[in-house]
Amino acid sequence: MSNERLKSLRSKDLVGIAPLEPGEIQLILDTAEELLDIARRPIKKVPTLRGRTVVNLFMEPSTRTRFSFEVAEKRLSADTLNFSASGSSVSKGETLIDTARNLMAMAPDFIVMRHPNSGAPHRLASMVEASIINAGDGINEHPTQALLDAFTMRRHLGRLEGLAVTIAGDIRHSRVARSNAYLLGKMGATVRFAAPASLMPLHAETLGVEVHHRLESALEGADVVMMLRIQRERQGNMNFPSLREYFDFFGLTPERLELAKPEALVMHPGPINRGVEIDSAVADGSRSVILDQVTNGVAIRMAILYLLSGGHGEPTPAS
Amino acid sequence: MSRLLLRNGRVVDPSQSLDQGLDLLLEDGHVAALGERLDAAPNTPEMDVSGLVVTPGLIDIHVHLREPGFEYKETIETGCRAAVAGGFTAVCAMPNTRPVNDDPSVTRFIRERAAAVGLCHVYPIAALSKGERGEELAEIGEMVREGAVAVSDDGRPVMNAQLMRRALEYAQSFGVRIAAHEEDVDLADGGSMHESEVSTRIGLKGIPSAAEEVMVARDILLAELTGGRLHLCHMSTRGSLDLVRMARRRGIDVTCEVTPHHFMLSDEELAASNYDTNWKMNPPLRSRDDVEAVLQGIYDGTVDAIVTDHAPHHADEKALDFADAPFGVAGLETAVSLALDRLVHGRVIGLGQLVRLMSTRPAEIFNLPGGTLKEGAPADLTLLDLRKRITVDPETFQSKSRNTPFAGIQLRGAPVATIVAGRVVWQAS
Repeated sequence: MSNERLKSLRSKDLVGIAPLEPGEIQLILDTAEELLDIARRPIKKVPTLRGRTVVNLFMEPSTRTRFSFEVAEKRLSADTLNFSASGSSVSKGETLIDTARNLMAMAPDFIVMRHPNSGAPHRLASMVEASIINAGDGINEHPTQALLDAFTMRRHLGRLEGLAVTIAGDIRHSRVARSNAYLLGKMGATVRFAAPASLMPLHAETLGVEVHHRLESALEGADVVMMLRIQRERQGNMNFPSLREYFDFFGLTPERLELAKPEALVMHPGPINRGVEIDSAVADGSRSVILDQVTNGVAIRMAILYLLSGGHGEPTPAS
Repeated sequence: MSRLLLRNGRVVDPSQSLDQGLDLLLEDGHVAALGERLDAAPNTPEMDVSGLVVTPGLIDIHVHLREPGFEYKETIETGCRAAVAGGFTAVCAMPNTRPVNDDPSVTRFIRERAAAVGLCHVYPIAALSKGERGEELAEIGEMVREGAVAVSDDGRPVMNAQLMRRALEYAQSFGVRIAAHEEDVDLADGGSMHESEVSTRIGLKGIPSAAEEVMVARDILLAELTGGRLHLCHMSTRGSLDLVRMARRRGIDVTCEVTPHHFMLSDEELAASNYDTNWKMNPPLRSRDDVEAVLQGIYDGTVDAIVTDHAPHHADEKALDFADAPFGVAGLETAVSLALDRLVHGRVIGLGQLVRLMSTRPAEIFNLPGGTLKEGAPADLTLLDLRKRITVDPETFQSKSRNTPFAGIQLRGAPVATIVAGRVVWQAS
């Protein structure tokens, strides 16, 4: 890396954290910092993306990520189109190429894409001219979530380098855990994955993380504790015996949180399962920054749209 | 009386430990004579094959011809065209068609279609269970009587160990081998690539090596228990090949096959493909260490046969994204060049050993005619040009399908003519 600060992203797309360089991550976080201000204005809108079209292509149910993108798009004055389908493209009998062609006929500048299958945005990115923003693909990546998580950590703790970040829950099926591991690793933080091995990907340590099979050891001295949602469907699917036993051993209780640093942040990408992976006292406690994450998510998504649009002019002209 | 005299070829025939320049006379569909400067009756057509290798016809004991039922992917006719263009004089057709080849009428249909096409031999493989549902035995005896040469539920594993035991026992009455697709579907759990550091890195759901190996171990033990004859399809892991070695030491009647894609490619190449579904096959492309183990197995004789597992799919199916696209690679028209380039020019094995793996042993495993050029043997031959350089171009495939991860690669060595029953059925242009 050169010391010169980057002014733009290298790719037309944001398909994942894996292809990003630390300088690009820095640039996104710094840009989000400038854009955060807009939410505090009486008129929360700037003309930055006026005349640009964003398609929100959600092939898997999502409420908060889709809303967050929509708010970001609207605050930048983009025109937005929403395309949702429950189930994958297959259930509709359409291949990815056909979906891409249909979308390109509407000449969008951006496609924000959530897809149940890993790699789908990567394939689409190679087929279309529009910028693809991955809003979550299968069990692979959820880059905007990791960026907003890092942004939240940096705002509260002042840095990323040297932090010990514990991520606990269904790591094996979590694109959030994976994107966070990539991002925090690139930025010099230490990531600890905590889960029973039945919820841990094989060879997880090759992602550059510490692997813990008990929550307690993973919590010791942590700066950040990020709990992942346990999907109720996974119960009884040979992944773990019951929600009760899961909470008993892997739930974040006030007592367990004592093992982390006194000022440790509690994070969760949502939606939370009270009493499954996190005790209400912790979720609503003073260290919880879960709602900050939501606010910061809008700024991060605005920053990405702005940077991928070419990043011309000031991101936050006075309205 | 039809005759053909091949002049000055390098005849490589492991069945008679032969590798020398000889003439070969074919007469009425059989090898009539083999020798130096043969005399033939006047007006016998001659073919100058100097500079070329003459081998007993190559036999691919694992292909999917898709007909009946999936003619949009491949038909018996296009599959046979692909086979002879790939240097094969015989193929064994897996039963996972629609309807499944679990009934003698389907077996007969395949034989009759192949005879009408008249390009290469097609030997049907009978389903092990009715509908390949893994519940009850199919009418194996009836199908063998109609020409089935082996028994398999390929494409689907036989999850019920008791059913596999009974198949290994019952098939002995008909002298046919059980060809097993080894995959524990519970362990495979809907994965779409090898489970490894690479799957963890690129975020695709993985199929562990153990999904194959536990079934290999199970069926080896059942073969030992029953004295049945077992053939293990498309072995892809180091552990599987180690289990085959163990079985051999214990004197169990087990044979096994590997595919070119498993000795050429690993999950690392899949990762570099940007989720290209042409890299999706079952068993999946394994680790680099497994590729090494497959090459080692080819070198040391653990592997009995090289097969294509030719699995044509329509472009529309492969255009789905990675998790949804079907498994499989079209292999008939690339296998021989891949084997010559990687194994022979790459000095893993000699040419004689390759012919053993692609002709002699395949014939022995399923007890097929051919696999030899001894006098009186069927006049099925493949001519190879070891120096010919080719670039794989799926657009030139005779197969209906184009699904290959090898598009654009350059290879040295290729088939140049295929002779079936004394007739030249294909010649390179």
